[in-house]
Amino acid sequence: MGPVISLRDAVSLSGRFPLLAGVTLDVAGGEVVHLRGPNGAGKSSLLRLCAGLVPIASGTAFVLGHDLRADRQSVRREVGLLGHASFLYDDLSVERNVRFAVRAARADLRGVDEALDRLGLGGRLRSTLVGSLSAGQRRRAALAVVVARRARLWLLDEPHAGLDAMGRTSVDELVRAASASGTTVLLASHELDRASRLADRVVVVAGGRVVAAAEPGATGVPAAQGAEGDETRQIAPAGEAEEDGRDVA
Amino acid sequence: MWRDALLVAGKDLRIEARSKVGLGQVVPFALVVVLLFGLALGPAAGRGSVLSLAAPGLYWVAVLLATVLAVQRSFAIEALDGASDGLKLSGLDPAGIFVGKAAAVCGQLLALEVVLAGAVALLYDRHLAGGLLLVASCVAATVGLVSVGTIYGVVSSGTRQRETLLPLLFFPMVAPILLAATKAWDAALAGTPGRGAGWLDVLAVFAVAYLAMGTVAFGPLLEDA
Repeated sequence: MGPVISLRDAVSLSGRFPLLAGVTLDVAGGEVVHLRGPNGAGKSSLLRLCAGLVPIASGTAFVLGHDLRADRQSVRREVGLLGHASFLYDDLSVERNVRFAVRAARADLRGVDEALDRLGLGGRLRSTLVGSLSAGQRRRAALAVVVARRARLWLLDEPHAGLDAMGRTSVDELVRAASASGTTVLLASHELDRASRLADRVVVVAGGRVVAAAEPGATGVPAAQGAEGDETRQIAPAGEAEEDGRDVA
Repeated sequence: MWRDALLVAGKDLRIEARSKVGLGQVVPFALVVVLLFGLALGPAAGRGSVLSLAAPGLYWVAVLLATVLAVQRSFAIEALDGASDGLKLSGLDPAGIFVGKAAAVCGQLLALEVVLAGAVALLYDRHLAGGLLLVASCVAATVGLVSVGTIYGVVSSGTRQRETLLPLLFFPMVAPILLAATKAWDAALAGTPGRGAGWLDVLAVFAVAYLAMGTVAFGPLLEDA
């Protein structure tokens, strides 16, 4: 089976400003990949590109077998994106929001109850208007949409942000369970230790490019979240490391 | 497409039922406009008064203004917390989204038009004759109006000037609908519905044309929004 995500020199622009400056990345089915990098590195843009939300200006990009240059609509139907925004309607209940997303994706409505329960949104909360939720509950509701849609590829942007300890643990469990069932997960997170424990591979993004990749425990995988240089200086380029067949160091 | 349209229309109507923006703001706004026209043009004193003669045109101007508010509201709910990206990510057929959003606004406007017709009859002293032509022209004109409104609603929703841009784009495009709807209502209220049949045809042509244009154009416009 080919990679779930296959990007080659993918460039994405916002006007004339490059969001991604030539990303090359392969992600296999069932793999959990942790994207790390400083603010503005291009992690969120990379997730949005893989979700089919931003167009590709040059290079090639295949997600779940679909060519993003030709067919972004099919990709959107098959991925679940947890972005900075919740993508939810304030004047609909949690359950209505999730049901709408599931129906739109033509997924099985039986996944709704399960997703709400797993994210602690059962009982009274399921009929609560999203506009009345706390930030953490809202985040969980947004994640419930991703889970309930039973997407084959999860794209999670700071999935632990705004969650309490129990919520963070729930996210970890969901990611592990998804991966075990063959779902591919690409997650961008500044929670380095937590995300690295979940991941099969860490990919460092800086300046709109993938600058390194390694297994989570590999020596030299940076922990810093400061300037771009802090992220990149200790790491060999991804391609070079792979070609040498050694750990990134 | 129809399945997606039903889903979107149901969602929008459910949000409106919950938020009551249409009932609490758009309907009172339109009624105030009708009332203000009455104050500006003097009291209605029989069939010969300016107000009574101008009633069809004033009615449709009020509907036009209310349409702008309803369309703005329809896209305002998509602007909150990234919901428009959510709509793109949903995988829904863009043509279905267009038809669904237009249908939801259309339903609200048709209900508003019934209320406004009552207000016009009462305040402008006009007997609502020619019922069939009135209803048919309302349906055709409203489909045309919301189609144009939904097309330009998505165009303006992606800009910072959305509140001012929508009316600027919308009003010139719907001028033919305003003219035809006014003429059709004029004929109906005058008790000569045969004279309004041609205008009803014009409304139907515009409704079909704008609806078709929207189903084709909405996808690319949504991408750019």
